[in-house]
Amino acid sequence: MTEITQEIVAEHGLTPDEYTRVLDILGREPNLTELGIFSVMWSEHCSYKSSKKWLKTLPTEAPWVICGPGENAGVIDIGDGQAAIFKMESHNHPSFIEPYQGAATGVGGIMRDVFTMGARPIANMNALRFGRPDHPKTRHLLSGVVSGIGGYGNCMGVPTVGGETNFHASYDGNILVNAMTVGLADADKIFYSAAAGVGNPVVYVGSKTGRDGIHGATMASAEFDNDSEEKRPTVQVGDPFTEKLLLEACLELMATDAIVAIQDMGAAGLTSSSFEMADKGGVGIELNLDLVPMREDGMTPYEIMLSESQERMLMVLKPGREEEARRIFEKWELDFSVIGKVTDTGRMILTMHGGKVADLPVAPLADAAPEYDRPWVKTEPSAVIKGADVTAPNDLGEVLLKLVGSSEIASRKWIWEQYDHMVMGDTIQRPGGDAAVVRVHGTDKGLAITTDCTPRYCYADPVMGGAQAVAEVWRNITAVGAKPLAITDCMNFGNPQRPEIMGQFVGCIEGMRNACTILDFPVISGNVSLYNETNGTGIHPTPAIGGVGLMANIDKMTTLAFKNEGDLVLLIGTQKGEMGQSLYLREMEGREEGAPPSVDLEAERKIGDYLREMIEKGVVTAAHDISDGGLAVTLAEMAMAGNIGADISLDTDLPLHAALFAEDQGCYVVTIRPDDFELVEGFALAEDIPLHNIGTIGHTDLKIDGGLTISVESLKQVHQNWMPDLMAVRVSE
Amino acid sequence: MKAAVIVFPGSNCDRDLKVALTEAMGHEPAMVWHGDTDLPETDLIAIPGGFSYGDYLRCGAMAANSPIMREVVKKAEAGVPVVAICNGFQIAMEAGMLPGALLRNANQKFVCKDVDMVIAAENERFVGGYKADQVIRFPVAHHDGNFYADEETLKELENEGQVALRYATIEGDVNEAANPNGSLNNIAGIYNKAGNVLGLMPHPERLISDALGGTDGKVFFDHLVQSIA
Repeated sequence: MTEITQEIVAEHGLTPDEYTRVLDILGREPNLTELGIFSVMWSEHCSYKSSKKWLKTLPTEAPWVICGPGENAGVIDIGDGQAAIFKMESHNHPSFIEPYQGAATGVGGIMRDVFTMGARPIANMNALRFGRPDHPKTRHLLSGVVSGIGGYGNCMGVPTVGGETNFHASYDGNILVNAMTVGLADADKIFYSAAAGVGNPVVYVGSKTGRDGIHGATMASAEFDNDSEEKRPTVQVGDPFTEKLLLEACLELMATDAIVAIQDMGAAGLTSSSFEMADKGGVGIELNLDLVPMREDGMTPYEIMLSESQERMLMVLKPGREEEARRIFEKWELDFSVIGKVTDTGRMILTMHGGKVADLPVAPLADAAPEYDRPWVKTEPSAVIKGADVTAPNDLGEVLLKLVGSSEIASRKWIWEQYDHMVMGDTIQRPGGDAAVVRVHGTDKGLAITTDCTPRYCYADPVMGGAQAVAEVWRNITAVGAKPLAITDCMNFGNPQRPEIMGQFVGCIEGMRNACTILDFPVISGNVSLYNETNGTGIHPTPAIGGVGLMANIDKMTTLAFKNEGDLVLLIGTQKGEMGQSLYLREMEGREEGAPPSVDLEAERKIGDYLREMIEKGVVTAAHDISDGGLAVTLAEMAMAGNIGADISLDTDLPLHAALFAEDQGCYVVTIRPDDFELVEGFALAEDIPLHNIGTIGHTDLKIDGGLTISVESLKQVHQNWMPDLMAVRVSE
Repeated sequence: MKAAVIVFPGSNCDRDLKVALTEAMGHEPAMVWHGDTDLPETDLIAIPGGFSYGDYLRCGAMAANSPIMREVVKKAEAGVPVVAICNGFQIAMEAGMLPGALLRNANQKFVCKDVDMVIAAENERFVGGYKADQVIRFPVAHHDGNFYADEETLKELENEGQVALRYATIEGDVNEAANPNGSLNNIAGIYNKAGNVLGLMPHPERLISDALGGTDGKVFFDHLVQSIA
């Protein structure tokens, strides 16, 4: 037997203190298999040991929340006995090392989380962050990640309906790949993971176990250095075809009542799935590892327990239902093996080749995972930059063209045309709008889905940035006419052992908490990815937020495209003209400075509720929020989408460049038919909503009085060409 | 009228096709599992898109050897109309029901978007619902839709009126800019010699209502059902 030395403990990512705790729990030295199990269960990725204290402070409840954080995914009630189940998860480290497989298995993993709970996945989204466009690795990574996401989702036949992509130097050495899946289930047929029923069979289904992905969770819990390329073997390989079969087989079995509990094997594979099921049910489990279907000969208990081979599930069945279940999985040509049983010992006992290879108490290992209150420091606030503090540009039109064709704003069509975004026949609003809308199959209801975060705001002011991320999700769902219901969060940060990074985390959580509370927008699931650092440089703090909203009738849905010549253009909300952290400063002056634009959450709520009310009345012909690039970019995006111009005239005290390019929060541009103005204005006055009539749709140019005149066609060219041009140069590999 | 949709492991447009056919027929088609050896009595066979067998080995190659395909080929030879969409087109080709090959897209990437097409040859049953010079729109979603045939086969397809649909601009011009995948002669779909089998890369079942962005696909299925029933 291998002797457990200090070096081996350190290689497993456990600190000396944590190892002392292991010895206390066991009352003896662990063997190597047991040490491996402790190592993955107590990794940052599985245990949330640095983040738990703060995550607990987020609001997670609302009358429509059926299941909040803690299960495979969160569940909300969407009426008529139906539930939406969703979650977002990171696959950052693997995607940097091997972009295609890293991203593909990220998508596969999050879909499994959702169908494990009994839902058919109906939409995928993603939130991607890459380094500078001209960084030597960026094109290779972007190309591989997009192919990987498409490769998996397309084959599964689940539409990838949208997402977001940022480019910034802080991600040069650590890209972020966050994938979200939304599923649909009957509200009374949700499946959970708590094992129960002493003597019940524990069943393994899906792919065979191989040596891939061993220690993936541990890798995801450490910083990168120059040798990270050598970690390639820890990246799993995806097989979407097998997952498609697994999905259909699981849903077929779920239509019966044979399942007691079910859990997918994700990070830390068989280890975390079996421990979580036993821990949640307060029971023990015995597994005979000889019965685990294996891809190769000679696998050790250590390898079997730590493998992260994909497309596998663990289930507890009702007694006597094994053959019925086996028939279903064999029809779908999948492995099915009864590998153990539920016990009342509270222990996880693993046997192989006739001998005991691990004997661990479940609850202490799962619950007594270390929890740290890491020291943190507040991010120093930056000064607000007013419009008057910024020199007016000579040519506002030139600025708009530059912004529309910049890395942050340019069209993402090159990406989403590689995703099948229409399969399943329910995509009512395709990618490119504020939120995607997917019809609830067979009904007139729609789910609005979006992912958002503005990392440069979070870096400058984590509290404001965290609030802004949640508010923008809420805003984007509102802009298509849906009622925002709940969010999932994917918290991507640097090394939490550095107080300034921990301070970013604490700050973002505070901002998110404020926004979730005021907007009545609870967190129902999420994931934390720390140690996104290379050689000591951390990423911008990136709390990516995925949100879901409900619309009762898809006929009422709005899009951002200008539609009818002669419609009035209205600006709803108050412009403050704060220019700190704006893309204007970054693109025109090369400055990433100042405080981010402030979010007034009370006003946000009022204005959004008003807009939704107007959309429900059927008077809104287009709606779009102001975000990256400011009002001018918002107008340009609406004109480009509708292929029609507008005549705009602003009556403002702000300098024109601030009114056009400040990224004012809580503001929308809306169009209505002229006949409806009285009604819209009436409600605005009654509800004290700032509303300005700023122009009329028409012609082929976007004209802003005293500022600029640009043809919609020339805007479209720079907007659409940026990414194809970037990717056209062949990547030499 | 009766229709049958063939379902392979990895098919993923089978439900969409079922919805479209149900709306056109007023009742559901039979869903036939690939492992079955008997086809139910049917007036139309539809082979759906997806990734049968994961598209491993070569798109459609393994599905073409499924037990049910022997029956499908037999019925097609007996004159039963067959519509084979996307992966279904690849399968029909691998099964020898249609000539040519579908190569990887010229730019090597998966492509999902609406495409416009013109009708290249009349075939009352399949495209009789459209005006002869109408530009029609269906979405494509594929990685391997680049139609190829040797010179002789291509000439024969063109001369015998077997080219069904060509990618075109919204004005109806057949040119390189309108070609999403590098297909020879902008070919989006073809008929067999007898004219009772249509294979096409674009998905008519994806544009069957205004909510989805168009109704050209609804016209396709409505007319197909009417002409058979």
